[in-house]
Amino acid sequence: MTTWLAAVLLLCTSLAQADLTIDITQGNEQATPIAVVPFAEGENLPQDVARIISDDLERSGYFAPLEREAMFARPTRGDDVSFGDWQALDTRYLVVGRVSRTGGGVEIQYELMNVSGESRMLGEVITAGQDQMRAAAHRISDKIFEEITGIRGAFSTRIAYVTSQGVGDETAYQLFVADADGRNSRQVLSSDEPIMSPAWSPDGGKLAYVSFESGRPGIYVQEVASGRRVRLTSFEGLNSAPTWSPDGRRLAMALSRDGQPEIYVMDVASQNLQRVTNSQSIETEPAWSPDGNSLIYTSDRSGGPQIYRQSLGGSPERITFTGNYNARARFAPDGESIFLIHRGGNGYRVAKQDLESGRLVELGDARQAESPSVAPNGTMVIFATQQGGNGVLGGVSADGRASFRLPAAQGDVREPAWSPFLN
Amino acid sequence: MQFKPYARTLIAAMSMAVMAGCSSTGGTQEGSMDGTAGGTAGVGTGTAGAGQASGSGLGEGAGQMAGSRIPEVRTIYFAYDSDTIRPEFQSVLEAHARFLQNNGNASVVLQGHTDERGTREYNLALGERRADSVKRFLSVQGVSPSQVEVVSYGEERPAARGSNEEAYAQNRRVVFAY
Repeated sequence: MTTWLAAVLLLCTSLAQADLTIDITQGNEQATPIAVVPFAEGENLPQDVARIISDDLERSGYFAPLEREAMFARPTRGDDVSFGDWQALDTRYLVVGRVSRTGGGVEIQYELMNVSGESRMLGEVITAGQDQMRAAAHRISDKIFEEITGIRGAFSTRIAYVTSQGVGDETAYQLFVADADGRNSRQVLSSDEPIMSPAWSPDGGKLAYVSFESGRPGIYVQEVASGRRVRLTSFEGLNSAPTWSPDGRRLAMALSRDGQPEIYVMDVASQNLQRVTNSQSIETEPAWSPDGNSLIYTSDRSGGPQIYRQSLGGSPERITFTGNYNARARFAPDGESIFLIHRGGNGYRVAKQDLESGRLVELGDARQAESPSVAPNGTMVIFATQQGGNGVLGGVSADGRASFRLPAAQGDVREPAWSPFLN
Repeated sequence: MQFKPYARTLIAAMSMAVMAGCSSTGGTQEGSMDGTAGGTAGVGTGTAGAGQASGSGLGEGAGQMAGSRIPEVRTIYFAYDSDTIRPEFQSVLEAHARFLQNNGNASVVLQGHTDERGTREYNLALGERRADSVKRFLSVQGVSPSQVEVVSYGEERPAARGSNEEAYAQNRRVVFAY
């Protein structure tokens, strides 16, 4: 009876969701071998914690998890590990653990072992509600990732994205928020007019986006948890491309209220506008430098779209020179490079440009790429691409070595926005 | 912005009829483009036209002269990366200009669209540039700017699906939405 009820509940839930699934399309050949041994479980639990951790680590491009079929032994405690078994498999690190039920949830014990050093690097006990098991698994992935790489893990973050179904006037648009692995999705807005450009506030609590629901575009800010929202702009012409300043107090945006699309900065509390650019060309797609002192944006003042950098109150400086189409740039968290859409001989690709050397490299092989969004730890970029005639999300590691896709069950998915760190 | 299905079907039929009469001009690519556009362009680009126009009574009592009815062709198409009005669409724009001048209370939203290539927000700006180009044309013809509003949809509302030249050609358009 409970099984039946659970099945019905699951069905109802799935109707309001649009989870994405992960396909690793290219593993990193230089990834570090690791084995995440299936955790011992008291009885059937709704989530396979070891699988979630293994998938997280593989998706990062930093790790190559060992297939379960290749595991001769399946220890669940560090004390039971025979390091020789794993050294023979060239495994560098080993994760073992067990899950047991507690009152209302589960207790997860796990240990991270250094195989060559034959030592324990990490050991923890985590308790979580039964419906928080995925979140707990992502937290463990974060810990393991940081312990080994020295880089803060970004598996406990979220992504926002826009979906559409249908064509022409019958198209339905939705804005979703999901875990960084595409699961646990939740609709935050639905409209029969376009929704565009979701952008997370730096505290992860709000989304700015563009909605055409009134028949013309407006920039809205919505609290993710409560759904409460305000419309910030509905000027004549474009109201587009909002992005938050690092301090969360201002939004950069592109408006054409004064003629051509220009970059403006709005103080969110007072709604005062400051015009940043002034030209006869298109200026749009602004993004803030991590220090909040300057903006990069797309301008076609040279004839085609290129990226320009401008300090607030300063004058613009062109920073892209490779090819005749460079657009929609976003800073890496360290401010030393930008990720952008570059059109070269291979069409529209995600690319990375080092700001000091000016060198631009294409990342991955996804076609018709759009809307790159950088993970808060700078290790991955998520973007929109096409697969089988549908819009899907793709991911590529910042070094271009590893790629994955996040296809949806139906419809088009696009404009991913990676949240900041949330914990 | 919700259009009744029957209105859209009607407009689609009318668009097809009119477009079928358009001669193909320009290069071979553009020529085949126009031909295919005629077959399907009405779908998805249907505007608020028929139903609302008759309801508003615009043009009635004006002696049913030319320029008293909303022109039937309400979508014009553009070349790749261009906001130039193609010669074959000048007469379409002139008809809309006459209508708007003869009906000072009428107003139109020029919906600018692009194909899917390139980044979304930049395409939004390019769609606006196309619609602005039409607005300037109407203005030169003597239409009051207060009767014309521009709304760009960029690549967000394609008339045709598909990543091919045919679909691209149908999506690079400006729609007159009365």
